[in-house]
Amino acid sequence: MSSTTTPSTAPAVGGTTGSAGTPTALPGRPGVPFARTLQAEVRKMVDTRAGRWMVIVMAALTVLILAAFVLWGPAEDASFGNLLQVSTLPLAMLLPVIGIMAATAEWTQRTGLVTFTLEPRRGRVVLAKALGALALGLVVMAVAFAAAALANLAGNGAWDLEVAAGAGLVLALLIYVLQGVAFGLLFLNTPVAIVTVLVLPTAWTIVTQVFSSLSDVGQWLDLDSVTRPLFDGEMAGQDWAQLGTGVGVWVLLPLAIGTWRVLTREVK
Amino acid sequence: MITVENLTKRYGGFTAVDDISFEVRPGSVVGFLGPNGAGKSTAMRMMTGLTPPTSGRATILGQPYRDLHNPGRQVGVMLDASAQHPGRTGREVLRVAAVSIGVTKARVEEALALVGLTDEEAGRRVRNYSLGMRQRLGIAAALLGEPQVLVLDEPANGLDPQGIHWMRGLLRRFADGGGTVLLSSHLLHEVQIVADDLVMIGRGRIVAMGSKEELLSRGGTAVSSTDDGRLAQLLQAADVPVTRTGSGLVVEAEPRVVGEIAARESVVLLELRSGGSEGLEEMFLGLTAATSREGDAA
Repeated sequence: MSSTTTPSTAPAVGGTTGSAGTPTALPGRPGVPFARTLQAEVRKMVDTRAGRWMVIVMAALTVLILAAFVLWGPAEDASFGNLLQVSTLPLAMLLPVIGIMAATAEWTQRTGLVTFTLEPRRGRVVLAKALGALALGLVVMAVAFAAAALANLAGNGAWDLEVAAGAGLVLALLIYVLQGVAFGLLFLNTPVAIVTVLVLPTAWTIVTQVFSSLSDVGQWLDLDSVTRPLFDGEMAGQDWAQLGTGVGVWVLLPLAIGTWRVLTREVK
Repeated sequence: MITVENLTKRYGGFTAVDDISFEVRPGSVVGFLGPNGAGKSTAMRMMTGLTPPTSGRATILGQPYRDLHNPGRQVGVMLDASAQHPGRTGREVLRVAAVSIGVTKARVEEALALVGLTDEEAGRRVRNYSLGMRQRLGIAAALLGEPQVLVLDEPANGLDPQGIHWMRGLLRRFADGGGTVLLSSHLLHEVQIVADDLVMIGRGRIVAMGSKEELLSRGGTAVSSTDDGRLAQLLQAADVPVTRTGSGLVVEAEPRVVGEIAARESVVLLELRSGGSEGLEEMFLGLTAATSREGDAA
């Protein structure tokens, strides 16, 4: 028995053909408009206890460190630029975790079964996660900027931040967020990704310092050292090249492999 | 409408789904029945674009799943009720899905009411949900976009008998409104309550399919007597195939044939009727035994 409405050879079970007419698919392009995917992904980053506390802890740490610096630090150093540098120390460590959690949740909590049936084009979900994590990173940085500005009123009141250093700081932190997303996608496992992001670059730094023959390579491939000129706002020609290679190896490469994994992996 | 054509999935040398074809038409609730590991979930993941098939294809409403526009509005999918983030509340799970599907918050409340989750339950974190509540939440998520097709993997799992009857009513109304439902189960009695038609799968292959009545009546004649052992011997001597079940015998012959043999040989019959689920149950148990993970003890 085969349906009269389709040239299918499959045997049919149940129902009737023709009585109510064959339902047809909704017209339109495959998948969901990107803006909705992005909105859903950002929401998922902060609507769990873990995600919300991550943001709260980062903001609280920033405020605490600033308060401590203003109260007990050397008063002559408490300028806006320095305060900002100090306040972003915990962020460099914690911001990648936002990216990691965004990337791994679909697999560790198996919510991918829902996410990837609502938007089967997984590449767009990955893009939404990356952009969402970067946006959330910017929000946290804005809090840090505001907190540093407030602290500076209690500090020495010097507004010494150059545009280059400010922009470099933001760029460097965004690179760390993206690195988190990349390692999250690469391992699809939260603890492994967190440990790797925190330990591997440090281990690499130590290795390059111990073996002097590697120190030249280290200047190009150590994410800490290639982003240092960014924080200082002193990027020269070779610094950009070194930043490019470092980001290429520690961010873009894992991002590419991780995205490929998500696109091809069976969602179970 | 769901169409599956020659769908096959191999993992190395293991064939999880082996050349299955069937079509689920609007207005029906079809049970996809098979023991654990028969390939039900793999087949359903292929239908919803989560697993690429080795060969063959599946379409929903005439399109491959991945080509559907806003799939959440057309197909309600629940593949694993426990695959939810434990840190979100039930309501939040639906709100996130609503953003992606593009439906309002009011629809979220409607869906919650539809599956009987109270306001207080919806505000609880999924971590604290029972399996039955997770099933209801999963079904609410599937219904959120007011789809025409439902694909549900083990939706009755974890529901109490009352819950199973509730689901029967819910899916029946959905199908009566022109919807198409495919649901899987590894429990025959569960699927008997909920579904109208069955596709039975074992070791990746379809072993039986059709309307529930048709399959059940194919079950031969159920008979029990004061001396089943002797009756079985007599029937076998008359070249009538017999299978022993827990409660008696299943005979592949008309009740009249069995009755005549029993009367001739003066065997006291306690029960004699045609059809019944024994035949289907036997076939199902046979499948289960062949793929049993518990060995001979099962």
